[in-house]
Amino acid sequence: MHGGRPQLVLIGASLGGLSAIPVILGGLPRDFPNPIVIVQHRAILSDDSGLVEAMQRGCPLMVREVEDKDRLAAGRVYLAPADYHLLIEGDHMTLSTEARVLHARPSIDVLFDSAAESHADRVVGVILTGASRDGVLGAQKIKQRGGIVVVQDPATAECKVMPAAAIAGVAVDRVLTLEQIAQYLVRCSLTMTR
Amino acid sequence: MVNTPPPDGADAPGSGAPGAPGASVGAIVPEVVDDPLLEPDEGHDLDAPIPSALRPASDLERLEIDLILEAIYRHYGFDFRNYARASMRRRLWNQVRAEKLTTIAGLLDRVLHDVDCMERLLLMLSVNVTAMYRDPTFFRAFREQVVPLLRSHPFVRIWHAGCSTGEEVYSMAILLEEEGLYNRCRLYATDMNEAVLRRAQAGIFPIEVMQEYTANYLRSGAKEHFARYYTARYGHAIFKQPLRRNIVFSHHNLVTDGSFNEFHVIICRNVMIYFNEQLQARVHELFYDSLRRFGVLALGRKESLSGTPHQHDYDEINPAEKLYRRRGV
Repeated sequence: MHGGRPQLVLIGASLGGLSAIPVILGGLPRDFPNPIVIVQHRAILSDDSGLVEAMQRGCPLMVREVEDKDRLAAGRVYLAPADYHLLIEGDHMTLSTEARVLHARPSIDVLFDSAAESHADRVVGVILTGASRDGVLGAQKIKQRGGIVVVQDPATAECKVMPAAAIAGVAVDRVLTLEQIAQYLVRCSLTMTR
Repeated sequence: MVNTPPPDGADAPGSGAPGAPGASVGAIVPEVVDDPLLEPDEGHDLDAPIPSALRPASDLERLEIDLILEAIYRHYGFDFRNYARASMRRRLWNQVRAEKLTTIAGLLDRVLHDVDCMERLLLMLSVNVTAMYRDPTFFRAFREQVVPLLRSHPFVRIWHAGCSTGEEVYSMAILLEEEGLYNRCRLYATDMNEAVLRRAQAGIFPIEVMQEYTANYLRSGAKEHFARYYTARYGHAIFKQPLRRNIVFSHHNLVTDGSFNEFHVIICRNVMIYFNEQLQARVHELFYDSLRRFGVLALGRKESLSGTPHQHDYDEINPAEKLYRRRGV
């Protein structure tokens, strides 16, 4: 049913994500077989290249800030650009400048929702530190479509509001530390990728 | 399989310009945002939870989207069939909520039998640009790298394709005025939606957004005081008449209409992101045919010429700001 479509890893983070995400990316092997798409809430005027460089440091996979209609490729890390929503559509990504959702653009909900719609059960959504409720609705959608939702252990999060909201609102599959999330993503990709 | 509509995207319905159908959704409830990474509310959420029993399955929803786009095309002539599906789906659901309906099929029914509903949907699908001087660095680059190219021309035609409510057109008019070029420029501002064009032509914006626009203006390499260009009245800012003297607003649909002039500059930022690749290719064809040799094409920050039919027919003026120049041959 989903033949040919890669499994997709999604990461959503807000406050504290800049230090959390590199821990996960740094724990992945060079031959990680799936695309990873990241929404990190960021200031509109944040320097584009700065965030990519921060994510790239210690990450064995190539990190790129998304341009409209970029294709999803295995083992690449895609970062949502500042002030755009990022949506998944089949084998590529599409951008939008529509209104903010829960004050956020890019929005984690928008990314998760579109990916679940497009890739059904071949989605792993990860929710990390943040002071927001973004991600709850999107994670619910992932679960409805048969995908997997992983949340950072709030006790280990720089800001526990967002992971706690996800745990309260979604039947999450795992609550893990950042290091464990990296290991889990590797295990998932081994068992789920055809 | 059970399915749910996408999360509500109604933080900012229509930014509340006067006379905007469907833009006003009651009193604005101020809300404190603690997270410094998040933006203050632009409006407020439309709340209309969808009863779970009425949620369509994914395949059914796809069929409903096909049907409504086909119906709009055959009944009204607006062709959205080659719009990017993921963002189209979100926008349709936003309209389903705004109409207090529960399914896209319900929206289809209303759109076909109620012209006003079609107008509201069209408005939802046409409002793209979010701010004046969105991406101040783009305007700075335009000032520094494109304006010098234009100085040698006795007359300059600029096409704002998909101008929406006009924020970018006024931004450009101010820029050209400050560079002493405006007298020999004509700005052709086009959009597929008449209602949006009327709003653009009115040049009236809510006073609350002027602070943000002023900050953007200052970062764009501006030379004057932003406030000298508008009059503040009744909670709104109205751009002054002299600024509009060389702007022509007219109807044009990038999906179905052809070239209508030869331009020195074509600006089309964050419009084609809502199109699929097939439609993007068509529009790039149209732009190439509508640009003079050595004419300038400006795209949105995260749009690209790569993969489009004319990617090798342009030179980069500024790759980061997506400024391109058509080659001579």
